[in-house]
Amino acid sequence: MTLLTAAFLTALLAGAITAGIPLLLAGLGEQLSEKTGVLNIGIEGMMLAGAYLGFLVAWKTDSVFLGFVGGAGGGMLVAAIMALLCVRFGLNQIVIGIALTLGAEGATAMLHYFQFAQTYPRLGAISSLPIPLLADIPVLGPALFNRPPIVYIALLLVAVFAYVYRKTYWGIALQAAGDKPAALDSSGVSVLGIRSVAVLLTGALVGLGGGFMAIVGAGIFVPFMTNGNGFIGIVLAMLARGRPLWVLGGAALFGACLSLTTALQVAGVDIPTDVIQMLPFAAVMGVLVMLGRKANLPSALGAAYVRGAR
Amino acid sequence: MTLSSQPADDAEPLAKPIVSLKSVTKRFPGIVANDSISIDFFPGEVHVLLGENGAGKSTLVSMLSGLQQPSEGSIAVDGTEMPIASPQKALSLGIGTVFQHSMLVPSLTLIDNVNLGGSWWKTPDREAIAKRMEETALSIGVEVNPAAITSSLSLGEQQQAEIVRALMRGSRFLILDEATAMLTPKDAEKLGQLMRRLVAQGLAVIFITHKLNEAVAYGDRISVLRLGRKVGALGPDELKSLGPEAATKEIIRLMFGSNGNQAAETTRAAGSARPLVTATDPLLEILALEVDDDSVPVTGIELKIGAGEIVGIAGIDGNGQKQLSEALAGQRPVKNGRIYLDGQPIEDLPIGARRHRGLRYVTDDRLGEGTVGAFPVSINLLLKQIGEAPFWRSGIEQGGAIAENARKQVKDYDIRTPDIETPAGKLSGGNIQKLLLARELTGSARAVIFAKPTYGLDLNNIAASRRRIREAADGGKAVIVLSTELDELIELSDRIAVMSQGRIVGIVENDGDARQKIGEFMSGVAA
Ligand SMILES: Nc1ncnc2c1ncn2[C@@H]1O[C@H](COP(=O)(O)OP(=O)(O)OP(=O)(O)O)[C@@H](O)[C@H]1O
Ligand SMILES: [Mg+2]
Repeated sequence: MTLLTAAFLTALLAGAITAGIPLLLAGLGEQLSEKTGVLNIGIEGMMLAGAYLGFLVAWKTDSVFLGFVGGAGGGMLVAAIMALLCVRFGLNQIVIGIALTLGAEGATAMLHYFQFAQTYPRLGAISSLPIPLLADIPVLGPALFNRPPIVYIALLLVAVFAYVYRKTYWGIALQAAGDKPAALDSSGVSVLGIRSVAVLLTGALVGLGGGFMAIVGAGIFVPFMTNGNGFIGIVLAMLARGRPLWVLGGAALFGACLSLTTALQVAGVDIPTDVIQMLPFAAVMGVLVMLGRKANLPSALGAAYVRGAR
Repeated sequence: MTLSSQPADDAEPLAKPIVSLKSVTKRFPGIVANDSISIDFFPGEVHVLLGENGAGKSTLVSMLSGLQQPSEGSIAVDGTEMPIASPQKALSLGIGTVFQHSMLVPSLTLIDNVNLGGSWWKTPDREAIAKRMEETALSIGVEVNPAAITSSLSLGEQQQAEIVRALMRGSRFLILDEATAMLTPKDAEKLGQLMRRLVAQGLAVIFITHKLNEAVAYGDRISVLRLGRKVGALGPDELKSLGPEAATKEIIRLMFGSNGNQAAETTRAAGSARPLVTATDPLLEILALEVDDDSVPVTGIELKIGAGEIVGIAGIDGNGQKQLSEALAGQRPVKNGRIYLDGQPIEDLPIGARRHRGLRYVTDDRLGEGTVGAFPVSINLLLKQIGEAPFWRSGIEQGGAIAENARKQVKDYDIRTPDIETPAGKLSGGNIQKLLLARELTGSARAVIFAKPTYGLDLNNIAASRRRIREAADGGKAVIVLSTELDELIELSDRIAVMSQGRIVGIVENDGDARQKIGEFMSGVAA
């Protein structure tokens, strides 16, 4: 098989990571919201806002770092609306989530049009940070250990969240907010506070993912460019049932399928891309059939908390 | 058992109240739950709040613990008027509450439930907390398993854990809303003694109960609520001079007004009230039943219950009663063994099919599995018949029939609700229980399993519920009553089985010395 050359595998793996990082960030973000009982359908919109603002800041300032800050900020901006409407005022999370996604799609497309008319300026290439020794491993090295720092940070976040969920008071409070908010409230912890913080952090994570797509992945901003990545993040969070490592696994799987499309085209194999892009969804359905019966989502997921209501 | 009151004599004139309610009114849509109530709570006193179901006791508690705000009036703490704006504020003022319904997170361990409210950036020292929890539990004479996941515990065990948690928080004003409802008399007595010790250290305790003997035994002061109003109070001096018996009488008069007599009767008429039924052909037959469970697996259950017979199941909470009753009801798979109803095996049937055969289960988890809080009372009364005629026809709701059924049952069972369309979750605890009884006892039941059928009910309603259980048996049904209250079982049952660690360790006829024998089985003397 001429397919399995080192170059092909490297491209495949590198592509999987490039495609998988935004999914990972979206999944981790959604997981955080869902833990506290907020079903965050708005992350597609937060991601797009992050992609747009991330690109804009990076382009204006010529700084990748500031670009990512802008991306996180863009996501948080949309998340702030969600926190206000769904957590503070207790409005329906699904309705607001959909509205935010549609709104962000329209707003970013419009802003981009006013800013750039029909041009699509391109950012410069991102410098990578090779990790000594590890970067020299064949195939794995260039794909995994010779990447921009943001990649390492995203991967590190998996461990951070796993630690937070299992080992800290905050992790306990997050779970309580989603499972029995009244119990948390009567213990003197503000449920609305915990949920608001979680939603804002979700916005930051997802926005960072969007920024990654624009700055690292594509190097340009195109309207609607997140193209369902946020929604896949929701699926990942649902499947992972509170475990960050599972989000990583899911993101890797989806990322690999997405990058396989490109890699196969590079290798000149002619399978319709649509078929390959269906692979992750088929995989999800398979997983759901096998494991999905025992769904243990937080019991208060999707329900607004009103103190004293019964 | 020491049932004499030991009020702190000289505390009253000197001490200033820790907390005072000043003409506090709380309105909910369609109901005034608290109507201009003024009460002082003194340090060094156990203040008992009494009142029938729906009188407004829990509402008062929720205002003291910051969950609700008064519609009118104010609350003063240490003499200064201040709103208790949030639970956090209440905790910081030293007000600790054990609520009537569990405030533990089911998916967390008991340790982590104690950890709720810790500073978020820290990591909890779970081992130290477990140790502290065990010590605190030991000091009040109960046992907890700190590492257990809360949802695997019985409601009684959860309630004990909540009491332990409240003590660990170091409250100076402790509110116990029906904290003894799920305890055995022995554990309730331990809790009573603990309350006495706590007030001796200068704490103030609010103790809500429906058991008047507990009220006069452990209370220094008693306030009685009725239909949201404070209708009377007994101070330490009065309680002392009246003595337990006269005090109880006076309380009953205050609680129920003119129809208090009936309740007084029934409290005295304990003992084996019905002629014993000797089993004929068994209607409900349980053979070598085994049920899987992580903490208390149930094994080797053999029981035969004839038509018209009431079999009580005694035992300390958490010895497999929950697992057994859920397996019988079909909410939990049977691992091994058989269950026959009318000679037909039913152990493989789902819940609905068992109900159709005439098996009914009155759960003790009235909020979690008994009712859907957001649904109206009328629908909750038909929860297990949704889609069935005459209430639904071709899938269409028949509003008239549903409402008629609801109005009849609300009247028959004296369910106090503003309206049949009120969401069931808004009713008081005791009234939700009445709703459950109403639902399970109507229609063509053959065998009924009652789990703690009268917990949280006031005297009148206990009497009414027990009467209904007896009527059910007299009507030819086979009845199982699981209860931690021995008096209840002795009053109702023909035979009493004792459960311990997932097994039935003995079955006794309910005759003169049943109490003695059951005690021996429970403590493992007779094996
Ligand atoms: N959040 C609420 N919304 C609407 N109605 C409520 C609410 N809380 C309490 N009520 C109503 O207020 C009344 C008093 O209820 P409360 O729970 O205080 O009674 P209780 O004395 O504790 O009774 P029980 O002994 O049965 O527990 C009831 O009629 C109840 O339906
Ligand atoms: Mg109550």
